[in-house]
Amino acid sequence: MHNEDLHLENRKYVLGGIAVLVILVYILRLFSLQLMSEDFKKNADSNAFLRRIQYPARGSISDRNGTLLVYNQPSYDIMIVMNEAKNLDTLDLCQSLGITREWFDKRIEEISDRNKNPGFSRYTQQIFMSQLSAEEFSSFQEKMFRFPGFYIQKRSIRQYANDHAAHILGDVGEVGPADIEADDYYQSGDYIGKLGVERSYETQLRGVKGTEILLRDARGRIKGRYQNGKLDQAPVPGKNLTLSIDIELQALGERLMKGKLGSIVAIEPSTGEVLCMVSSPTYDPHLMVGRQRGKNNRTLMLDPMKPLLNRAISGRYPPGSTFKTSQALTFLQEGIISPTGTSYPCSHGFHFGRLTVGCHGHAAPLPLIPAIATSCNGYFCWGLYHMMSNRAKYQNVQEAMTRWKDYMVSMGFGYQLGIDLPGENRGMIPNAAYYDRAYKGSWNGVTIISISIGQGEVCLTPLQIANLGATIANRGYYITPHVVKQVQGEEIDTLYTKKHYTMVSPSNYEYVVEGMRKAVLGGTCTAANTSMYEVCGKTGTAQNKGHDHSVFMGFAPREKPKIAIAVYVENGGFGAVYGVPIGALMMEQYINGKLSEASEAKAESFENRHISYGTSIR
Amino acid sequence: MAKVNENKGILVSLDWVTIIIYVALLALGWMSVCGASYDFDQAGNIFSFDSRSGMQIVWIGTSLILGALILSVDERVYETFSYIIYIAFLILLFLTPFLARDIKGSMSWIKIGSFSVQPAEFAKFATALCVARVISAFELHLYKNKDLIISALLVLTPMVLIVLQRETGSALVYFSFFLMFYREGMPGSFLFVGVAAVFYFVVGVRYQDVPLLNLPEVSLGTFCVLLGIWFFTSMMMRVYTSASKPFLIVFGTGFGTTLVAFLFSEFVIPFDITWVQLGFMVMMFSYLIYLSIKDRLISYFYIALFALGSIGFFFSTNYVMDHVLKEHQRTRIEVLLGMKDDPRGAGYNVIQAQIAIGSGGLKGKGFLNGTQTKLKYVPEQDTDFIFCTVGEEEGFVGSSIVLILFLCLILRLIHISERQVYRFGRIYGYCVLGIFLFHVFINVGMVLGLTPVIGIPLPFFSYGGSSLWGFTLLLFILLRIDAARNRMKRN
Repeated sequence: MHNEDLHLENRKYVLGGIAVLVILVYILRLFSLQLMSEDFKKNADSNAFLRRIQYPARGSISDRNGTLLVYNQPSYDIMIVMNEAKNLDTLDLCQSLGITREWFDKRIEEISDRNKNPGFSRYTQQIFMSQLSAEEFSSFQEKMFRFPGFYIQKRSIRQYANDHAAHILGDVGEVGPADIEADDYYQSGDYIGKLGVERSYETQLRGVKGTEILLRDARGRIKGRYQNGKLDQAPVPGKNLTLSIDIELQALGERLMKGKLGSIVAIEPSTGEVLCMVSSPTYDPHLMVGRQRGKNNRTLMLDPMKPLLNRAISGRYPPGSTFKTSQALTFLQEGIISPTGTSYPCSHGFHFGRLTVGCHGHAAPLPLIPAIATSCNGYFCWGLYHMMSNRAKYQNVQEAMTRWKDYMVSMGFGYQLGIDLPGENRGMIPNAAYYDRAYKGSWNGVTIISISIGQGEVCLTPLQIANLGATIANRGYYITPHVVKQVQGEEIDTLYTKKHYTMVSPSNYEYVVEGMRKAVLGGTCTAANTSMYEVCGKTGTAQNKGHDHSVFMGFAPREKPKIAIAVYVENGGFGAVYGVPIGALMMEQYINGKLSEASEAKAESFENRHISYGTSIR
Repeated sequence: MAKVNENKGILVSLDWVTIIIYVALLALGWMSVCGASYDFDQAGNIFSFDSRSGMQIVWIGTSLILGALILSVDERVYETFSYIIYIAFLILLFLTPFLARDIKGSMSWIKIGSFSVQPAEFAKFATALCVARVISAFELHLYKNKDLIISALLVLTPMVLIVLQRETGSALVYFSFFLMFYREGMPGSFLFVGVAAVFYFVVGVRYQDVPLLNLPEVSLGTFCVLLGIWFFTSMMMRVYTSASKPFLIVFGTGFGTTLVAFLFSEFVIPFDITWVQLGFMVMMFSYLIYLSIKDRLISYFYIALFALGSIGFFFSTNYVMDHVLKEHQRTRIEVLLGMKDDPRGAGYNVIQAQIAIGSGGLKGKGFLNGTQTKLKYVPEQDTDFIFCTVGEEEGFVGSSIVLILFLCLILRLIHISERQVYRFGRIYGYCVLGIFLFHVFINVGMVLGLTPVIGIPLPFFSYGGSSLWGFTLLLFILLRIDAARNRMKRN
């Protein structure tokens, strides 16, 4: 028996061994859980930490004189916490919000559907209605105590001080999948600039989002800030933009272009700053804000007159006779013509074999300056013909053409100028290869003669035409046109300060300036003449399938020019009909800061002169 | 004078090592309750009596007073009154379901004033005292079946009463008395049978529907269990009988037939080889009965009984799983065995508990910095799942220290029990350490995802007065009995 007891005493080692084994296994398990894997930590963090985005205020936009154009306005989202929205008087709620019972039921169903709303939780705020105006909100706020589980979340939407410059300002809308794909800054529901400077200056305007790290419990309820907000990042507000646009000038331009298709672009030649950029028809930017944005956007998109299209930079037009200035400069620089010694005949046009390019009646033959002033087609056709067939200078027509193209490109044609707006068209300047393809290598100066007068294959944007004006005003260079004068706290991009010199020397420009001056004094643009300052101008009457387009390009004053302008009125007829008077009014407005009484009356008459367009075209 | 000396004697011979471990566990436990009940929202005072952590200070304080009271009572009182205490608690346990309010399906809490008390927590020490008294007083020897049955009945009676209160977790704790039975002479094969039963259950259920290699008609679970029965049986023959030839026959033929059947099924005609195994089982059983008659050895008969019982147990578990258990009980077992992945359902608690512990890393997130527990991702965070807070806030270092402290406590209690002069003290000591070991084993194991989710508290850590007082009572009565060992020797 004693032996038996001793034998049993050894069992303490078995029991002790069991205890040691259990604890050892548990410590090994702890080791594998706590030290072998980071997954648990990540899991716990994603459980507990809710990174809530704090949205910065978007930068405001004002015009060159400091007039506020775009700012933020508070809007209100109505949020619902399903779990708290009990014993709800649905009828009362619907009446207070001006919604129907059906809409309410449908909305609740949408919110609760995890397929459509993956972040749904019964315990957290979900958007019930978005972007209520201050008035709608204040009337609801008074009654809100009656609706448990309903909350208000303040957001901000864009607001416009007036209804001008929609194309330049652009708009903001919710990001699409492509935006999120392209830049991981964005999350679903964020806003992004869609058009205009809102888009091109998106990164500056949007600022930097902040985050606050909140603690979230198992039911999704917020339980305070992680480490009392030590790791939170405050949002950085967006930068304010100052546009180079003069909103008064812009407003006048939009007035004058009422009922007409086309564009007005004005540039300050010395800086490349765009003073106004009218594209007609335009639209009211207020339409692109708030809950009606989607609907309004669709309506505008379906409009046959394409009001959303910014014709000033996206429309490509034959420049017509305004283009002759560039030809004169090229021929002068290449020595094809001499400023006073060369005269070309013109008997109601350019005749070569069976080809005729018509011209209006004027004295002939003419030297350069009167040729510009009277816009003689014959002169420039002969000029191009002589350039293309000058075998002393160029081995073949291709080489001559390439040379010609280089001049055109140096004047800012054929490629995007690089304006700080989305959607710029590059226009069209043909080159030798193009004609080789088109005419299978068999072509000469005569074949392509119409490009000399801004017809044929040549196409420019109104911006490029205005930029041509600026180049002439500057006697040989341009600065890339831009609509943003300054971004708050930033230096202006060197892209918009660098001078681009053309291939033509300044002395040759003086002849063209003189020609344009003569056109105002006694040529095609006499309507632009004024005693207040010296205007230089050039009309254009661009042929197209329908009625001719009315074009004007000019600048003023002749010395130290303040404004270079292009006016393009689709199907407006002769340049002198719409282009010249509209251009004259615009220059007067900008240089004098206002219109004289007579000019005001004139402006009113132009405002009311509408051109009838069919509904099928464009 | 004599009384003063006696009291001084108690303080001198009191086991201070245990006291230090006890106080350390209480302190760590209180920190964990602070962490688990702390609310980021109302970052209130952790000492406020409005908070769980503040109330836990009350429970700790009263436990210390309770401990001091126990030490000041003569140790013979516990032995003397053990029957009365036991019977009183049996009556209380019997009455509890009639007096209790339903709390989450459990009928075990009696409301006294503004507090609720759980008698089941206190019945453990009463049962331990009574079993110790009966075994020591009547000189029971637990290798005798009759004595073992008497002892087992004393344990199973309160257990059944607690099951009737629908507190299955607390009832299972009474299985820990079998550790004491083992120490006092219960055959080791009983413990082995218990382990074998768990093996049959886990492997059988877990791999029931998994095919063996590329044989779709063979259940891997059945195959392994039958293989296990053959292995256990032949090993028992090796250990419990002296003749080696029958062992070699059973071991060899079992291995041979299984291998041949497997190869035939694999390369010739696929068929369910568990039928061959079952056939072998029948032959093995017959052979053992034959041996027991031929050699007149009762051991062969017991081994045959073990084999038969194993097969019966295995097939009945499958039957119980499929036909007896309710859907939610079945799901719970399936999730526990890793057969179902159900992060929002039955497995949610266990997954969140592991995330909490795993996120603690080496050094933990620091006191009151745990997010999993405070933001209520872990259920029952300050009671049954309190170890999550230790893991999350104190990390691998802290939780290992806690586990090692528990191990030290248990080993120290073995030491204390073994040094008792009287059998009563030793038996009581083994009951206490068994209960502690069982609680730590199940509670920590459940949080670590190693044992089933059974709602029992972690001693000195889980929030609540009843469990803390219950454990203090258990421990300090042992310490009081132990402190008297010198005087007993003197007498």
